[in-house]
Amino acid sequence: MEAVEAKTVRGAMFDTSELVLNMGPQHPSTHGVLRVVLRLDGETVVDAEVVMGYLHRGIEKLSENRNWTQIILLTDRMDYVAAATSNVGYCETVEKLLQIEVPRRARYIRTILCELQRIASHCLWLGTHAMDIGAMTVFLYAFRERELILDLFEEFCGARLTYNSMRIGGLPQDVPAGWDKKVLEFCNIMAEKIDEYETLLTHNRIWLERTKGIGIISGAEAAAIGLCGPALRGSGVARDVRKDEPYAAYDEMEFDVPLGTAGDTYDRYLVRMEEFRQSLRMIRQATEGLPEGPIVGKVPRLIKPAAGETYHAIESPKGELGYFIVSDGKSTNPYRFRVRPPSFCNLQALPRLVRGHLVADVVALIGSIDIVLGEVDR
Amino acid sequence: MAEEHVPKAAVPTGPPDPPPAADAAIPAFITSLQAEVPGAVARISFYLGDWTVIVPVSHVLQAVTRLRDAPDAAFDLCSDVTATDWPPRAEGRFDVIYCLYSTRHRHRVRVKVIVAEDQPIPSVTGVWPAANWLEREVFDMFGVNFTGHPDRRRILMPDDWQGYPQRKDYPLEGPGELLMENPIDWLKLRQSREQADIE
Repeated sequence: MEAVEAKTVRGAMFDTSELVLNMGPQHPSTHGVLRVVLRLDGETVVDAEVVMGYLHRGIEKLSENRNWTQIILLTDRMDYVAAATSNVGYCETVEKLLQIEVPRRARYIRTILCELQRIASHCLWLGTHAMDIGAMTVFLYAFRERELILDLFEEFCGARLTYNSMRIGGLPQDVPAGWDKKVLEFCNIMAEKIDEYETLLTHNRIWLERTKGIGIISGAEAAAIGLCGPALRGSGVARDVRKDEPYAAYDEMEFDVPLGTAGDTYDRYLVRMEEFRQSLRMIRQATEGLPEGPIVGKVPRLIKPAAGETYHAIESPKGELGYFIVSDGKSTNPYRFRVRPPSFCNLQALPRLVRGHLVADVVALIGSIDIVLGEVDR
Repeated sequence: MAEEHVPKAAVPTGPPDPPPAADAAIPAFITSLQAEVPGAVARISFYLGDWTVIVPVSHVLQAVTRLRDAPDAAFDLCSDVTATDWPPRAEGRFDVIYCLYSTRHRHRVRVKVIVAEDQPIPSVTGVWPAANWLEREVFDMFGVNFTGHPDRRRILMPDDWQGYPQRKDYPLEGPGELLMENPIDWLKLRQSREQADIE
């Protein structure tokens, strides 16, 4: 408000006032049905309000009325560009409630699938983020490689987007013969392609102008406002669920957690680019060291965990994906099913990030926090 | 359908919240919280490797501020705020649960507060700004009465929505479009469903 009043010239013929601009819910760069109400002073954003809920399907309520196995395919529908990680998070939470051990082979395959999924999700992020800023080519390149991952998933479980690829206690089926060779082949292809993306963007003058110094947030503030995943690590906070609270086979993997320094859009971009490489490193380790053995643990025929509650978090491509599940020990469905969606918590930082920037930067910042509306609204 | 064959279980009256074993080592941040803020810890629970501290409503702000600021606790991330509905429970139907994480010590704790319907509970948005939307969602879904919240509105449901969807007494299925288009058919459908339930 103050900024506007200061610009009003006393006695002049013209006057200035704030403009309210509605962005979305049908806007191509909001990545779904997100509505942002911007208050503008000229081209500068004074304040932003996020309106959501257009995709609310009541997944939590639905899950409380389905049995434990049926919920797995509902988790697919939250973060639909990274369905396998949602499956893993849910199954591990139920396994924790049931206190069952998952065989080592199943944990390794879960790790491979999670990391393939992370690369696929980051490919989609990179393509759309770059296209929002104006680099069309990267979109085509990134989707070309994402297709290879979808082919691998199709061979494993028959689906390309919503996989339903986990079962409580392990996996629905073993990987097909020769699949691991194809995964290694993909790793070799992908390693070159990441360099290709970086030649297009990392030192590109337009890219630097559009991302450097945009949406700077310090580590302490990012943690307080609830940013998680690559967006938090871009501000230099070493928080990665895979390292801090290892699940699947991450305790046996060797990998680094890339950290940013400046906490701007460019650093968040660099963190994700490095995560591509670390994911490839983990896929190679897990595929080469894939142990033999069973793929399903000792699961009771009727899944009915003892009364109690638990919270379990995993690192999805977007950040900390947590499940809080309460079982009453009597019925065959959860008493309370709660998802801690990383996209929702990251989106909360958007008004703070866009304040003081230009309208054109808003699309860059929405891309930089990497949201999926299916998960925000559930 | 499969759901109809599920036997109707008795309505549970609350989570078990098992106390820790007598010889279990209680983390230092819980014992120091008990010592420094008298009355802040009503009960302690330990289940499947997770510690839960049950805090009375009157001490919520004091307890969470201590948990954030004390060097032995340092819970700088508020991972999640959620609630559970236990309608028949005498001491209050809602559990409001805060999942906290410390990036310095890499430990977790859950803070649980029991509140009755309409009973005010102070918002922790001033302690962790991250709780803002999470509390809005709890308000939207359960109708928990947060006080001192900077922006207490519905977040996922439309602003003019009636009722709180995640409550246990809220129906899974609403009247839908049929009620709008043809109320008589809707009434017939409802009656036939009720008939099927009785049979």
